[in-house]
Amino acid sequence: MRIERIRKINEIPANDAVDLTLIDPLISKYKGKKGNLIPILQGAQHIFGYIPKEAFVKISEETGLKLSDMYGVATFYAQFRLKPVGKHIIKVCHGTACHVQNANLITEALQEYLEVLDGKTTEDRLFTLESVACLGCCSLAPAMMIGDDTFAKLTGKEAVNIVKNIKLKESN
Amino acid sequence: MEKTKVIVGLGSCGIAAGAQKTYLKIESLMNTDKLDFDLKKTSCIGMCFREPLVEIVDKNGSYLYGNVDEKRIEEILDKHIKKNEPIKEYVVATKLFETEDNKFFDAQVKIALRHCGMIDPESIEDFESQNGYEAIKKIAKEKISYDTVIKSILDSGLRGRGGGGFSTGMKWKFARNNKSDEKYIICNADEGDPGAFMDRSLLEGDPHAVLEGMIIGAYAIGATDGVIYCRAEYPLAIKRLNIAIEQAQKKGYLGNNILGIEGFNFDIHIKEGAGAFVCGEETALIASVEGERGMPRKRPPFPAESGLWRKPTNINNVETFANIPWIIYNGASEYAKYGTEKSKGTKVFALAGKINHSGLVEVPMGITIRDIIFKLGGGIPNGKKFKAVQLGGPSGGCIPEFLADTVVDYDSVNATGAIMGSGGMVVMDEDTCMVDIAKFFLNFTQAESCGKCTFCRIGTKRMLEILERITEGKGKHEDIEKLEELAVQIKDNSLCGLGQTAPNPVLTTLKYFRDEYEAHIFAKKCPAKACKSLLTYEIIPDKCTGCTICAVKCPVKAISGERKQIHFINQEVCIKCGDCYSRCKFEAISLQ
Repeated sequence: MRIERIRKINEIPANDAVDLTLIDPLISKYKGKKGNLIPILQGAQHIFGYIPKEAFVKISEETGLKLSDMYGVATFYAQFRLKPVGKHIIKVCHGTACHVQNANLITEALQEYLEVLDGKTTEDRLFTLESVACLGCCSLAPAMMIGDDTFAKLTGKEAVNIVKNIKLKESN
Repeated sequence: MEKTKVIVGLGSCGIAAGAQKTYLKIESLMNTDKLDFDLKKTSCIGMCFREPLVEIVDKNGSYLYGNVDEKRIEEILDKHIKKNEPIKEYVVATKLFETEDNKFFDAQVKIALRHCGMIDPESIEDFESQNGYEAIKKIAKEKISYDTVIKSILDSGLRGRGGGGFSTGMKWKFARNNKSDEKYIICNADEGDPGAFMDRSLLEGDPHAVLEGMIIGAYAIGATDGVIYCRAEYPLAIKRLNIAIEQAQKKGYLGNNILGIEGFNFDIHIKEGAGAFVCGEETALIASVEGERGMPRKRPPFPAESGLWRKPTNINNVETFANIPWIIYNGASEYAKYGTEKSKGTKVFALAGKINHSGLVEVPMGITIRDIIFKLGGGIPNGKKFKAVQLGGPSGGCIPEFLADTVVDYDSVNATGAIMGSGGMVVMDEDTCMVDIAKFFLNFTQAESCGKCTFCRIGTKRMLEILERITEGKGKHEDIEKLEELAVQIKDNSLCGLGQTAPNPVLTTLKYFRDEYEAHIFAKKCPAKACKSLLTYEIIPDKCTGCTICAVKCPVKAISGERKQIHFINQEVCIKCGDCYSRCKFEAISLQ
């Protein structure tokens, strides 16, 4: 499952204090440039980890981009998230090669360890579990990616150990 | 005398296999043991099944060591570097003596991948030392006209390596013939086919070759600006491209009046994709670069006439661009020597799935699929039987074992119902269920359909629902006919390649593996024993010793029985996890 990333209308927004001044440099860099919509959204997500509603409004007011266009783009591409996710996103590859090498077992093992379903975030907001189409590491299937690090030829147990180690580092 | 070189393969795959740790270990050993050699980095050489790879080049020649973890590198440095005794059993490829894996390289012809695993991708000097940027220099020095460049590409017979297979030279000619003050050249690096990774490998291993190909293309069509649209899942490729672009700008390969060619001003930018498979389709890609939802547009007008920002635009794939400098430098006829009548040159294939030698290979067109899988790929692991190969990703199809002697060229592959696509080959053995594979691809295309065309948006969803119920044992008698009917309608009524080819995996599996569909629907059995809902685990009374291990470990307590008594699985409780099956030491559990 892709990350559950679009906020439902009646869902209570995350109670996060968002420092909107952080996106000022982004706005001045891209303001008025053609084709700027996606890079601005990518930049905002890079800063906040997701795109808060307030950021949409501010970007729209200061660049003149239409809110409807921005929302349309943000919900079209799988990369954009409209609600907060875990600090670490665990992308378990479910490409063809990983699929035939039993990637399902990796997802199942992680679901059990993290006690969340695929696509969801753990309660401590440390991890989000996601299934992605292909990481391009097919020759070393099954694979997963956390941050910019790729892990290959996994078993369910190894995948869990990798996540355990990250958790350990975080608690220190 | 030249210093000994130690070269570590640091592509994404190498790093995932632990090459970074090996590299750091070498660095620390160099310091502590005061070793004297040049430590260098390179990228993936294609031999992913032996990663991490370390090459040592000494006065005698080159030795490629495989599976080099931290422990093994200590041993290798100790023997090979300190005592000058290469460790033969760890060498996977060399020209100096016979090794088991030498033949992996012997059957290959490397044109697109000529530098991958040979040079440091972050060094422009390394690239230049291997005839890099010599093709564009040749054009500048000999004042070769754009017409001649286009003619060379036409004569070479190069066809689009992204999957379409359209003549690259023709594409360039159309873009050249459209007059405009601005023109664009785009490199499609939105490699989305699950199972294909040659573009990632090329961008990580030889980014300058792609840049040089784009520069030559820009010269030929008269482009003023270049864009590389790269998927965001490839952070290392993006990093190395950025380094390469900066280096090329500093050396004057990008910028104004490039290499003294009056009026040839050209620069390249990277656009990061945002995660949409459909953006590999050229008009959707253009929409995405413009900052819109990546939905395909109607053609004509073709991008060559009205593309990015409504200006003439030429789009080629990464592998296509990587071939260009070689063709210009070595001549079109040299390239056309390889291949078949209508498909010239070489093609890179990504081997993955149930195959011994997974990795990247580049072979002349015209080789048979069987040779790729068994000669280069080393056959199927664990003595299993080869069943089929999926070619062309979600748009392609499954080629069964009995057609394995099909030669790879665009037309022969199309005749089987599959497509060449970008060259991803996922090999399947007897344990792979073909209905499950069809469902897997439909699941993918259904999720990635942009939603513009009704037949693609809803039709793929309906097909997926049918496949889901078949694999769950709830298939109905009329399901096969329904699938075929929907497939035809989706093909006929979709605007872009995604929808037009989405039913292919279902159609090819129905064509070659119809009996498997029928077994699922009528007998409620999965012949490959892959579809969970159709399995039953049972205890074979004669073999059960009553060791209790299965009963203790069963997560849902579905197994009962006293110690030293025959056990029993309650089918109503069993969740078919297979835990008992893999744990039983006496093979007393049967799987039906």
